Amino acid sequence: MLTVASLSRRQLETRLAGSGLALQTGPIVSRIRSPIGQVADAIALLYGDYPVHGEDGFADFHVGLQRPRGLRRWYKPQVEFDLDGQVPFEPLPEAHAFPMLEWGLNWCISTRAHAYLMIHAAVVERGGRAAILPAPPGSGKSTLCAALVNRGWRLLSDELALFRPQDGLLVPVPRPVSLKNHSIDVIRGYAADAVLSTPVSNTTKGTVAHLKAPTDSVARAHETARPAWIVFPKYEAGAATALTPIPRARAFFRVADNAFNYSHMGARGFATLAAAIEGCASYDFRYSDLDEAMALFAALERAP
Amino acid sequence: MKALPLLVRLLRDPGLARSLDLAGWDLLLRQSTSANLSPSLLALLEAHGLLDAVPAQPRAHLEWVRALATRHRQAVRFEVECIGAALARVEGLGPLILLKGAAYAMAGLRAGAGRLFGDIDILVPKARLDEVESALMLHGWASTQVDAYDQRYYRQWMHELPPMQHVRRQTSIDVHHAILPQTAPLHPDPALLRAAAVAIEGTPGLATLAPADMVLHSAVHLFFDGEFDKGLRDLLDLHRLFQEFGTRPGFWEALPARARTLELERPLFYALRYSHRLLGTAVPDTVLAALAPTGPSRALLGLMDALFERALLPMHASCDDAFTGSARFALYVRGNWLRMPPLMLARHLFHKAFLSPRGESVPV
Repeated sequence: MLTVASLSRRQLETRLAGSGLALQTGPIVSRIRSPIGQVADAIALLYGDYPVHGEDGFADFHVGLQRPRGLRRWYKPQVEFDLDGQVPFEPLPEAHAFPMLEWGLNWCISTRAHAYLMIHAAVVERGGRAAILPAPPGSGKSTLCAALVNRGWRLLSDELALFRPQDGLLVPVPRPVSLKNHSIDVIRGYAADAVLSTPVSNTTKGTVAHLKAPTDSVARAHETARPAWIVFPKYEAGAATALTPIPRARAFFRVADNAFNYSHMGARGFATLAAAIEGCASYDFRYSDLDEAMALFAALERAP
Repeated sequence: MKALPLLVRLLRDPGLARSLDLAGWDLLLRQSTSANLSPSLLALLEAHGLLDAVPAQPRAHLEWVRALATRHRQAVRFEVECIGAALARVEGLGPLILLKGAAYAMAGLRAGAGRLFGDIDILVPKARLDEVESALMLHGWASTQVDAYDQRYYRQWMHELPPMQHVRRQTSIDVHHAILPQTAPLHPDPALLRAAAVAIEGTPGLATLAPADMVLHSAVHLFFDGEFDKGLRDLLDLHRLFQEFGTRPGFWEALPARARTLELERPLFYALRYSHRLLGTAVPDTVLAALAPTGPSRALLGLMDALFERALLPMHASCDDAFTGSARFALYVRGNWLRMPPLMLARHLFHKAFLSPRGESVPV
């Protein structure tokens, strides 16, 4: 199938500015329209490996990043995100266009894709077993996820754990990993060949850059994974690496707290989450040193 | 009339689903989402045994919608039970009369299949409003309009209490004592509506309006209001109510007279006209003939056709033409005009524009 990388820069821009670029990420196809150069730049840089659909196919989401009409076009230009004509958020400065696209796409999935139990968590897999890292912002979840996928773990998602209720398996939606503030330099230092988008400063989340998902993770986006570990990460400067088991009932409620649609799913959501907790070992994980964290995850993975 | 949008054509003729290609499904689901009708579309495809004709991608997308619709159905049942329990202690209130979406859902009407709605609407006697409000407050519902002006706006002029929200569940309830604002030019007598209410079989303590009244309420709600973002959904309600009740003996015969009694002939005229013109509803000629004199003049009717046949389409770019925006604006103005006399409206709009705190929702 055609990928973004197989389009010339001109073809990419023509699609983005015209009928839209229909990008496949896991099970989801998003048709993206935007005349903004930075959006094309970041897509060319980070989405090269992803399949592109034709102009007359089906898309789950039709999103746009446009400059709002009016004087703001010239004075401190802004960008507006729309989902098929509906504008759910306030506009942002134009420089924030690409992070806004990433946030917007996450929002589309988390508010619509109710065929899955959706948890706000990073998911990585190795040897057929997946680790789910649910966490509020600021816990170092994305940093840990970025480090793991640069040390051989497969990226399923940095933001969205999609549990399929039929079989309890995790469905990948591998997209770029969002890194904030200090994490950007940490990952640059940690993985010399990491591909990162140009950092955007002064967003609501501080300075943000996106890390390209590994080519192999994108190629295997159709391969589901079995949940094996639930790890609540917490970065604490200077803390010793510590993995503490959590009782199942407690783990259940903490994961449910991080769910996007637990209540929407009703009894199915409960059954799906209960089965996942039953099949997983759950831990609190405190860390400050990434190398030690990697060693600990490797040990988890080696254990039967 | 210009060519109808794909969604409207499919609502008229569900079999059209068999001939759609992927681009067709793409457009159909976009229009359905914009019209808040995707669960209704799913229900319709299922009822006609057409789900297997849907290609894999749109089929998967429709399954997202199914989870939402299932949850919505459960939530409505639960909420109605909670409201029933809260009002059970109000002595002599009689059965709980549900309106609109909650009524269709609880009575198992076809109009309720896959229909999404935000609030539960109930009808109580005006003289019992205070008791009903206190009972609901005791059970956790609280008024969401804190502004003194809004409180007065609802309590003096409107046909309902300020919307109440449950503090824990965040669910909303609208307590009506009439079906039109007290300031509107028409006055359908709520006592007549309550007296004719019918019990919901198998669900003790719950009632809906009588079939004809349910249709008339739906009609006045759609055609006397100014907002049409859910216009097609509400027109589809009317279409399905006409279809379902139309087969019951005596329904069509009694409808025009009931409309006259309740002063709701004009909204019924519009409901029949646009339900027929857009969705192909079969209406007996005798009913059309009986209502013909209650319609507007020929010139005004031409204008209303041009306005409604734009505003009732899905709010989606693919359904718009150069005049859609103006049509929606004109009907918005008309909706406010019908809500209260001009001087009162001017005063109200002035207050909302210049005196109300910013960032509040505007109850117009």
